[in-house]
Amino acid sequence: MTFIVDPVLSDDEIKSAAKNYSDMIVHEGGKIVHLDEMGLRQLAYPINKRNTGVYFSLEFQSESGAFIPKMELSMKRDERILRFLTVRLDKYGVKYNEDKRNGLIGKRKDWKKKKAEDEV
Amino acid sequence: MASQEEIKFLSNPTLGQQRKKYCRFRKFGIKHIDYKDPDFLIQFVNEQGKLLPRRITGNSLKYQRRVSSAVKRARHLAMLPFSTDLLK
Repeated sequence: MTFIVDPVLSDDEIKSAAKNYSDMIVHEGGKIVHLDEMGLRQLAYPINKRNTGVYFSLEFQSESGAFIPKMELSMKRDERILRFLTVRLDKYGVKYNEDKRNGLIGKRKDWKKKKAEDEV
Repeated sequence: MASQEEIKFLSNPTLGQQRKKYCRFRKFGIKHIDYKDPDFLIQFVNEQGKLLPRRITGNSLKYQRRVSSAVKRARHLAMLPFSTDLLK
């Protein structure tokens, strides 16, 4: 799941918005795999008269996913959230995200840099 | 007058030939296309932000479908524009 938080809010408010939803997943019996703050980005087109947004990417596991419609409804009602998208990942997607966190995916240059750092 | 065989090699015979296209996902073993990576997906759209056809990218059908859904997801999240000029 990816969502965009309004950049006008203060840092704490942005963090608490993200935490709100990760807590909600835990409360409903899901398991958080990873919460990635992708940071402030330029939007490709304005949404609600905003040109930038703070992106979050939240990967979670759940047996049934029965709480997802409920969560989407609350995101829709939440004015802090500009956009959201929930996607089911297949096994390759899960592996991709895991590799990305471990720094295996990316530009060759970054890869070499990381390897050199590990050796030092 | 030159015979037919001489005329055949007056110009470089390999000049007009195109390189064979291939599916880059099959070739490099990419199994998952990330919709959160607009710099990668930009390769599959034209300057107006429209999806390029398979005829040009050379993707196999399976991966073209995944590219198109990834691009559409990226558009929803405002990582790629729905339509513009001079994207590249």
